[in-house]
Order: sequence, then structure tokens, then C-alpha cells
Amino acid sequence: MTATAARPRADRSGDTAQTTYREALREAHREALHRDPRVFLMGEDVARYGGSFAVSLGLAEEFGEERIRDTPLSESAFTGAGIGAALRGMRPIVEIMTVNFSLLALDQILNNAATLRHMSGGQLAVPLVIRMTTGGGRQLAAQHSHSLEGWYAHIPGLRVLAPATLEDARGMLWPALEDPDPVLIFEHGSLYPLKCALPDPPPVVDIAHAAVRRAGTDVTVVAYGAGVGKALAAADLLAAEGIEAEVVDLRVLRPLDEPALLASVAKTHRAVVVDEAWRSGSLSAEVSARLAEKGFFDLDAPVERVCGAEVPLPYAGHLERAALPQPDDIVAAARRTARGDG
Amino acid sequence: MTALAQDREALLAAGAPQLLRQMMRIRRFEEKCAELYSATKIRGFLHLCIGEEAVAVGVITSLAEGDAVISTYREHGHALARGVPMDAIMAEMFGKVTGCSRGRGGSMHLFDASRRFYGGNAIVAGGMPPALGMALADQMNDRTDVTACIFGEGAMAEGEFHESANLAALWGLPVLFVCENNRYAMGTALAREHAETDLTARAASYGMVAWAVDGMDVLAVQDATKRALAQLRGGGGPCFLELRTYRFRAHSMYDPDRYRDKAEVERWRQSDPIPALSGRLLAEGAVTEQEIAQWEGEIAAEISASVESADAAPLEPVEDLTRFVTSEPGTP
Repeated sequence: MTATAARPRADRSGDTAQTTYREALREAHREALHRDPRVFLMGEDVARYGGSFAVSLGLAEEFGEERIRDTPLSESAFTGAGIGAALRGMRPIVEIMTVNFSLLALDQILNNAATLRHMSGGQLAVPLVIRMTTGGGRQLAAQHSHSLEGWYAHIPGLRVLAPATLEDARGMLWPALEDPDPVLIFEHGSLYPLKCALPDPPPVVDIAHAAVRRAGTDVTVVAYGAGVGKALAAADLLAAEGIEAEVVDLRVLRPLDEPALLASVAKTHRAVVVDEAWRSGSLSAEVSARLAEKGFFDLDAPVERVCGAEVPLPYAGHLERAALPQPDDIVAAARRTARGDG
Repeated sequence: MTALAQDREALLAAGAPQLLRQMMRIRRFEEKCAELYSATKIRGFLHLCIGEEAVAVGVITSLAEGDAVISTYREHGHALARGVPMDAIMAEMFGKVTGCSRGRGGSMHLFDASRRFYGGNAIVAGGMPPALGMALADQMNDRTDVTACIFGEGAMAEGEFHESANLAALWGLPVLFVCENNRYAMGTALAREHAETDLTARAASYGMVAWAVDGMDVLAVQDATKRALAQLRGGGGPCFLELRTYRFRAHSMYDPDRYRDKAEVERWRQSDPIPALSGRLLAEGAVTEQEIAQWEGEIAAEISASVESADAAPLEPVEDLTRFVTSEPGTP
């Protein structure tokens, strides 16, 4: 493994330090490709097209098509190939276009990536990173918009990440590649154009802990991915009416940072869990259950959940908006738990 | 096919006596497993390869130490031929901590990373995509190692086969596709499952070299494998071998075997690879009855020692149940 002399720099617009979530991801790839010759990226349209969400734009020109590999539309084969390459000492990054398509690779992710270490009695390791887009809000209808990361968070042997901020988009990839176990990174599709300033050098982040994105005293709002922005928007609205919400960004969907959740609820005594996925059997159900199991005596009110409607996501904008958690829904849930009204 | 070893010298040069001994060893081992299954020492699913030993021995003994093997749930023979110690395999069957997968895998999931034996994959065709990746890693690092991916003909109805064949050929990956065509996908006969039963032609349609081979003749299997390996190591891209074979026993210990005609099984037993080779070797004077009897004795002793040690071996402590789910400090 070699470290590069100069840290690769983000694409800057003019003299501002503004960058986007998409560019932050790209810089993370550039850094990893520079730092470790074992790292390569493969997936559908990652090279010549530049990535279906333009994350890998320009990387093939910079690193060559050996390391930025276009694959056929064969999710199972190229995800499994990532597993094999990881078994053989490489550090592959596999990009799957959307979480809905990842179901075509589910056999490989569950039956091989997550399982080989245990089934071999600890002989094998699969240091693979799989990135994919998740989530709705872009009017892409019912086969490009779902939030199935909770399914993956069900599986022992996987680490599941959801970067909600530019810092995490920039910083999570490298520690994910250093992890000896398979890591899945879920990028919410609505976040790619998100723009803000990113410090240079970018902050080092971990892939083990939740983060408090806004401190508060009256109610804990637990969210991840695109839900974090909505929770922060809701917190601003709540502050105007005197309710101080603490926003906890899960960041790591598996293993859950249970101590961070319990610590926040011990302070606020109330919790709202935001999850764009369907309520039944969701990650929000898991978080709520953990709070009930271990934080019960800290709670002054029932845990509230704000989830996606139990419907395949529809195309029409007004229907899709109605199906997804919105800041107003979070505000209403927080009011109910804080004041007993909504 | 080129002319195969026929006379004594050619048979010895091909290592035929050792191939025979290895096939005998696998046969006797599995016969003992069936017995131990009935005695409830071995549980779960048990899939025997009795009748198919020429494939295991012919293919795997042709590989080099650095090559990799990914196999199926019918892999006892492959593991033994690869050199996974019999003690460790038997202990695995017994679910003991000394097993080659620490009792986590059982009959269907034998692993030995030190011998590049990557299991025992019990999802039909599920081992193919990882085989591509291992071969890709070798190709990207300019190594000449090859990955042998073993599967049954039933796997060729799976999408993963077609995805993998396409990708391997597209990228010119050093994968040896080893199709053990035993004519039945569990209980479903070839012609009841495949619209086109010419498997070799289908593999060739992906643009890779594909040969059909008599899988009951270990020397033919060895010869074809060696020629395929030469092409693979020369950077010629993937190869596909269809090894036409037959399993004499039922699919698993649960299978009442109602879907095959007894006369068909009997016909195939006439081409049993073990007597076929021993007959040739005896006729050519390449081996003696005494030598064969001596091997039988040695094999019986090895098997009975493996049973004894498996029986006496400790179980994994239950406190260690959740180990090896994720990495532990200090492990790779």
C-alpha cells in the first residue's frame, strides 16, 4: 500500500470551497485509488458514461479502464466478482445503480459476502465495498425509488453505512475500504446535488458511530440519509415554537450505535424515528424496539415514527411527496410526543 | 482428443495408479459417510459423488498449488483430491471444532483457505461470480493462476451461469468452468430442464473454448484439463469442460430416487470409473492385485482413524457461537 505525496484536491468552483455530495464521493474515490493500488471500481456505466449519477465522471480518464471497469448489466456476476477479487486480496468498490437493482445481486451479497467468513470457520475475509443509490423523491416511480437498506441492515456480517453529509460522503469510503468485512454504502439519490463548503483537508470520519447533528433538550429525532436534512428542517420549525429537537444521524445502519441513541433519549426523554422505508419491519422498527427495550424508563412518551407510506412509490409528484416523510410530518410527530398534541 | 495413455509406460507416465488410488479413497470415504449418516453421526444434507470420482480426481489433481477451486455442495471428492486432510473433513461432517470449517459448514461447506479450496457453495451457480473475481484479481496482477469453478449441469439453467460465462469471456478471465453433467438436477432430467441439451455448444456460444469429455474416464478428464489449463495460463481466456458422468447413489440421503429407471442406473454402473481404470492397469501390468489390496487396507485404516479422531474431537464451545461473523482483532 502506498500513500500519495499530495492529497487529491476537490473540484472547486472559483475560489470558494463549495463542493457537492457527488464531487465529495468522487474525491473519496480518487483518494482511495491513489492511496492503494488494490482499489478498483466496477459497475454499470462507471467508466465511459462517467457513472449513472456522475460520481465517477473523469475517473476512467485519470486511472484507466483497468481500474474503472464498465461491466455488463449483470448485477449478480459483477457483485460476486467483487467478492472473489476481495477474497484474492484486492479492495474492490462495486457500484450498483440503484437499491432496487441490487436485488439481482442479493444472492451474492447475502449468501457469499456476508456468510463466507462464518461458514468457513473464520478462514475467509471479504473486504469489499458496495455502493448504491437509494431512496425516492425524484419521480422515478416504483422500481428506482425504494429504501431497502433496512433489509441489508438485517444481515449479520455486513456493515451498512448511510452518508447524509458531505463530510461523510467524502470520508466514509476510505475506512470502509480498510474494513476487513463487506461494507455497503447507501447514497440517497436526492443528496448528489447537495452543495456546501467542505474543509480542506476533509475531516477524518469513522464508520462506527452515530452523530448528533443538532443538539437539543426536548425530543430526539433519529434519522439517516436524506431524512437527516428533513429532520434538521423540522428542528428549525420546532425551535420557533419552543421545542428544542436533538437530531441524531444514525450514519451506521448496522451495527446500530445503540449507546448514542440511548444517551440522547436519556437527555430528551422523547423520540421520533424518521425512516423513508415502509414502516412494517423497518429500521425504524428496530430503533424503536431498542429504545423500548433499553430506554423504556427514560421515555416520557411513546416513541413516534415517521415512515414512508406502505405503497410502491408512485410517479406523480404529489403522490410521491405524500408517500415520503416530510418536515411537517416530523414536526407533527415531535409535537405529539412533546406536548401530547400534533 | 489426442490419443490417451494406453500401454503400461504411458499409464505410468500419466500417474494412473495414483489416480486410481485417489478415486478409491474418495469412494470408500463416501461409503463410510453414508454408513455414518445412517448411524446419525452425520446429519443435515449429505450429497455423495459416488460414480463421479473421475471428475474430482482428473480435474483437481491437474491443478497447480496456486490455483483456486470453488465447488458445490457435492464436494467431498473435490476436497479430498485437493488435499484437504481427511481428518478435517470427517470432523466437519461430525460438526466438530476440529473440522475444516470449525463445524460451521458441514458436508456442503468444506473450506480450506491454505489450499485455496473455497467451498462448498450450496446455492446452485452461486460460486461462479466469485470465481470470476478471483480470476480477475489474478489477471490484474499478471499472475498465471487459474480458478476452477465446479458446478452441475443444473446450474446452466441459472442466470448466474449466463452472466458469469458472458463476463468471463468478455474479460478473458482465467476461469476453468467445470460442468459435472450427471444428467439430473436433483430429480429433474437434463431434457426436462434444458431446451437445448448440448451444453458444450451453449457454453461455446459465449465465445469460449468448450469441450465435452467422457467424465467416467479419469485419464480423459486429466488430459482435457491439462490442455485447458495450458490455454488458460497462456492468457487464452476461459475454458469450459463438460464432463459427462453419473451419480450412482440418490441425490441426497433424503432422496428416494423415484425419477430414474433402475436399468439406466445399472447401465451407467457398467462404466464405473474405478473398475474401468483398475482393469486397464491390471491388464497392462501397471499395477498388481497386491498393490490394490494394499491400498484398500491403507485407505480403510485412514478412514477409520478419521472417524475415531472426529468422534473424540471437541465441540466448539457454545460461547463462541457468534464468532467469525465479522472480523476479530488480529485476524485478516
